[in-house]
This record gives sequence, C-alpha cells and structure tokens, in this order.
Amino acid sequence: MKNRNNLKFMAGPYMVWAIGFILIPLFIMFYFGLTDKNGMTSLANVLSIATPEHSKALSLSISLAVAATVICLLLGYPLAAILAHMKNSSGVIIFVFILPMWMNFLLRTLAWQTLLEKTGVINTALSALHLPTINIINTSHAIVLGMVYNFLPFMVLPLYNSLTKIDENVINAAADLGANAFQTFFKIILPLTVPGIMSGITMVFVPSLTTFVISKLLGGSKILLIGNVIEEQFTQAANWHLGSGLSIILMVFIVINMLITAIFDRDREGSLL
Amino acid sequence: MSKKLIELNNISKSYGSHIVLDEFDLYIKENEFVTLLGPSGCGKTTTLRIIGGFETPDTGNVLFDGTDITNMPPNKRQLNTVFQKYALFTHMNIEDNIAFGLKIKGKSDKYIRDKIEYALRLVNLEGFGKRMPDSLSGGQQQRVAIARAIVNEPKVLLLDEPLGALDLKLRQDMQYELIRLKEELGITFVYVTHDQEEALTMSDTIVVMNQGYIQQIGTPEDIYNEPENAFVADFIGDSNIIDGIMLQDELVMFLGAKFACVDTGFGTNKPVDVVIRPEDVILTPPERGVINGVVTHLIFKGVHYEMEVKAGGYEWLVHSTTMFPVGAEVGIQVDPFNIQIMNKPASEDEEAVPLEE
Ligand SMILES: Nc1ncnc2c1ncn2[C@@H]1O[C@H](COP(=O)(O)OP(=O)(O)O)[C@@H](O)[C@H]1O
Ligand SMILES: [Mg+2]
Repeated sequence: MKNRNNLKFMAGPYMVWAIGFILIPLFIMFYFGLTDKNGMTSLANVLSIATPEHSKALSLSISLAVAATVICLLLGYPLAAILAHMKNSSGVIIFVFILPMWMNFLLRTLAWQTLLEKTGVINTALSALHLPTINIINTSHAIVLGMVYNFLPFMVLPLYNSLTKIDENVINAAADLGANAFQTFFKIILPLTVPGIMSGITMVFVPSLTTFVISKLLGGSKILLIGNVIEEQFTQAANWHLGSGLSIILMVFIVINMLITAIFDRDREGSLL
Repeated sequence: MSKKLIELNNISKSYGSHIVLDEFDLYIKENEFVTLLGPSGCGKTTTLRIIGGFETPDTGNVLFDGTDITNMPPNKRQLNTVFQKYALFTHMNIEDNIAFGLKIKGKSDKYIRDKIEYALRLVNLEGFGKRMPDSLSGGQQQRVAIARAIVNEPKVLLLDEPLGALDLKLRQDMQYELIRLKEELGITFVYVTHDQEEALTMSDTIVVMNQGYIQQIGTPEDIYNEPENAFVADFIGDSNIIDGIMLQDELVMFLGAKFACVDTGFGTNKPVDVVIRPEDVILTPPERGVINGVVTHLIFKGVHYEMEVKAGGYEWLVHSTTMFPVGAEVGIQVDPFNIQIMNKPASEDEEAVPLEE
C-alpha cells in the first residue's frame, strides 16, 4: 500500500497531459460549439449540420469512410491470415509491413498525389506503354485510395492479433469433427476474430471519417468532406463556433462507433495497444 | 478383441534434423484401450496426430480397417480426438459445441437434440447445455470435449493427456468415468499419458515409448512385473536397478552377494541389470539377511513405510508394512521370482534401442 502511494506521483505528468491537452480542449470545443458570437447559449452551430452544404459533406464523408473500411477489411483479412500463418518469419514480415507507418503520413499522401497526377508517374508510364491513362486524381476514388493506403495497417494488426490467438487445436478440432476448410472458416475462425474485426473497423473508420488532409491532397478543392468544412471554419472563416458545433456532431458518430466496438470486444482482445 | 483396426507401419517423422519417430510399428485392435506411455517429448502426441490426420509421416503408412488412410484429411476419418487442452469452441455454448459435428453431417434437429441430451447425461453435465465453455471448471470442460467427440459415434477415440490439467482427486474420478464410458460405448480408445499410474489403471494394453522408439508393449501386469529393460523398469514405478553379474542359470551376484533367481539363458558371468521392486525387498533381522545394511531414511506413507537402506554400497528403496527405525541394522532378502534380470544396453546412448518382436 505504502509503495503504491509513493508511486502515484509517477502518473502526475500524464494527468497534466490529460487535463491540458484532452479535457481543456474538449471543454473549449463544447463551449464554442454551444454558444454564439455574443457568448449566448445556442444550438445553431450544431444544427447547421442540417444545411444542404454541411449534410452533403457529412454524408459523403460517411460513404467514403464506409467504402475505405470495407475495402480495408476485404484486403486486410486475407493479408492478416497469411501473416498469421507464417509464424516463423513473422517478425521480419510484420516489420516490413509496419515500416511505412513510421514514415510521415503527409509525406506518404503527397507521394500518392505525385503518382496519380494527370502527368504523374503512373500516367507517364502508362502513356509510354501506349496504354490508356487513368484520371482519378481529384475524385472520391483517389480519396478512398489514400484512406485505404494510409489506414490498412490499422485493420491488419488487430486482425492479425486475433487470428494468432486462435489455438491451432481449435481449428484441428473443427476438422476432426468433419468440417471442411470453408465450414471451419465461417463457423470457427470468423466468429472468433469478431473482436479483431470490430477493432479494425474502428481504427479505419474513425480516422477516415475525420480526415481533411487526404481529401485536400487527393481530392483537390472540389470535394469537401466534413473534415474540410470544419478545418475551413477554423483556418479561413475564423468561425470557431461553427467549427466546434460541427465537431460535436462528428464526435457523436465516433462515440457511437466506439460503443459498438466495445460491445463486441469486451475483453479488448483485438485491441492494437 | 480380435481384428486389427489401426495399423502403423514403419512410420518415421522428423522435424528438421530432429527424429521424433523412427520406423515405428504398432497395431491397435478393435475395442482395445491402448495407452501410449512415455516421458514428455518422446513422440506420443506426434503418433496421435498421425493417426488423427493432423500430421503426415515422412515414411510408412497408416491403415484403418485395412484401408490406407495416410493421406486422408482429418475431416474424412472415422475417428475423433479429445485434445490436450480441451480446444473447445469458446464462442459457442456447450450444446452447440457438442452439436458441431452432427450439424456438419446434416443430422436432423431431433436426432441432434436427443444426442446432446444423451451425451450430457453420459458425462454428468445435465443442465449445462446453455452455459459457455469459459464458465466451466477444467474438469467440466474436459467432459464437454469428450462429449463433443463421442456424439459422432467414432470407431476410435484419440485422447491426448485428457486429464493432464486436472488435480489428483478429479483425475482419479475421471479415470473411472473414462473406463465406464469405454465399456458403455464399446469403442476403441487410444490414450496418451506420461502418468504411469494412469496407464496401469486404465489400459488393456500399454505401449511404453522413449525417444520415438517402442520400449515394450504389454498388459499393465506384464509391464509392471516383467519390464523388458531398465528404462521400462525405471519409468514404471520406483525400482532398485543394480549392476549385477549373471554367474550361471538361476544365480546372480550383485553388491558382493549371491542371490537365487529364476532366469535362465543369459550364459555365464554375463553383466546384467538387476531390477527389484521396493515392495519385493524383504527386511529381516541381520543374521538372516543375504546382505546386511543400515536404515538411513524412514517415511510413513499410509499403506506402508518407505525406507532407504544402505547395504552393499547401494541405497535400497524398500516398501514394507514392518517398520525398522533409522539406524537399525537389517538384513535383506529377495524371493527368487521377484528378481528381474535384464540385458544391459550395448552402450550408454543406446538406451532407446528398438525392440525386436
Ligand atoms: N511442429 C513441430 N515442430 C518441431 N518440433 C516438434 C513439432 N511437434 C513436436 N516436435 C518435437 O517432437 C518431439 C515429440 O513431440 P511430442 O510428440 O509432442 O511428444 P510428447 O507428446 O510425447 O510429449 C518433441 O521433442 C517436440 O519438441
Ligand atoms: Mg504431448
């Protein structure tokens, strides 16, 4: 007991951090979001999500985030399964896979801009080969591509974790009881990896929903996601009240997503950390 | 108890340069309770996995009822396995675990319901059907694993140290349960354990293994009373294993004294291993002993006293209902038919010589 008390001060720096950079900003956000320019309580900022311009941005954000999440899941599951299977070499493979995550996110997205540009690397190569060029820069496709590229590892890692947790003999037992590979996957492996799936979905969906960098770099100025709208309010329009109000809306979506994940992942099995 | 149901012919299996099974031959008869017994790492699980189809041998073949099944996948084999650590499906309740194999085979709902009920009764888990595996004790989970296997009415049940994780009391209860099950179901059991008492209690036939070789195959009585080599004698229960010289038929000398025995055919003046079970050592007053010694340790064990007697330069382990206090001078006698004579292995590292049949 005595020791524990003595060690409490170790949590001090984190407490300062949490108050200074999480609680206070959250409080400020709610304050601005729920007041108007005259400091009067108002729901106008939050409700402005109903305007066609904002609701269109939100629904586009949601559809692109859903698309990116689905693609990540479809690509990530087989990838995680392959990684989980290669038990011996896993250290190296995982390292190779995680390596790009350490590189700056902006840099990686900028690289895609260069690759996809009308006269970019890919199109130059394609036309040199007399193949039709692709024109996806400044479209939603490019944005989804950027999301998938950036967030795929966050899908693969929790899936990998929950796949490697399955005892080999559980899979053997299914075969022993007559199940073929297909039945074993759908009746045993898939249900046992639900926590990893849910965790992966959150880890891809939340950053995809809130991004403004990917849409800015790969979507040009034509496509506005809710993240871009909020960013504009803070940087150009200098309307912190509206920016905060829309942020509250976004937070509601994130919290709902997290709650669903928490229900499926009670033991924090698929958790990345 | 006649037909050979499973035959392993000339099976070898290595992982890298590590030879786990080497030219392994074994047959298992219908309705037999066969136990593979041996120290950890001797290849018991590997043997079972080869029978179950989870491992393919490097050489040799596996016959099931006369058919070669060496390359048949596990889901096509007419046998079921109870895995070492239960391997239950943790996302399904007990009923769904038990029903898994039957649903795969497309049995009717009614058939499945009856089978679940029957199996739960058989393993004394009535009323547990809706519980989740995690909420059950180790012993209960073990019984679910058994129920899940037997509802499929396999011809053979493979069990890999199924009682290994249970405490002593529960383990003993489960041993009787398993024997009862075996008799009720009339199926062949291939049982793996490293616990010699468990093997002696349950088996019709014991296969003693060491380092991938079969050391001896026999009934529990054979294995216990007439171990064929020092490894078996040492592994099955405590033994006094003493260097000796077979002077002539029915006379052996060890620790400087001559003992009458019943073995013949070893030749004259042949070095041998002499095995004497601790309960076969008779302690007498010093004047009546073949050799004399002093009691150095004494422990009361309930059924008997366990004593150590230093005699002829060897620490004898003695189990006796008569107590001699520490420090007492005693004589040692052994009835001739309780002295086991065994050939010495040709060299130290050949302890694991394959036995000729
Ligand atoms: N998949 C494997 N890869 C490498 N070595 C293995 C593998 N499976 C078993 N072994 C080795 O084979 C030997 C026998 O293993 P096993 O059959 O499990 O022994 P037992 O069940 O008698 O304890 C052990 O030395 C073990 O380390
Ligand atoms: Mg084993």
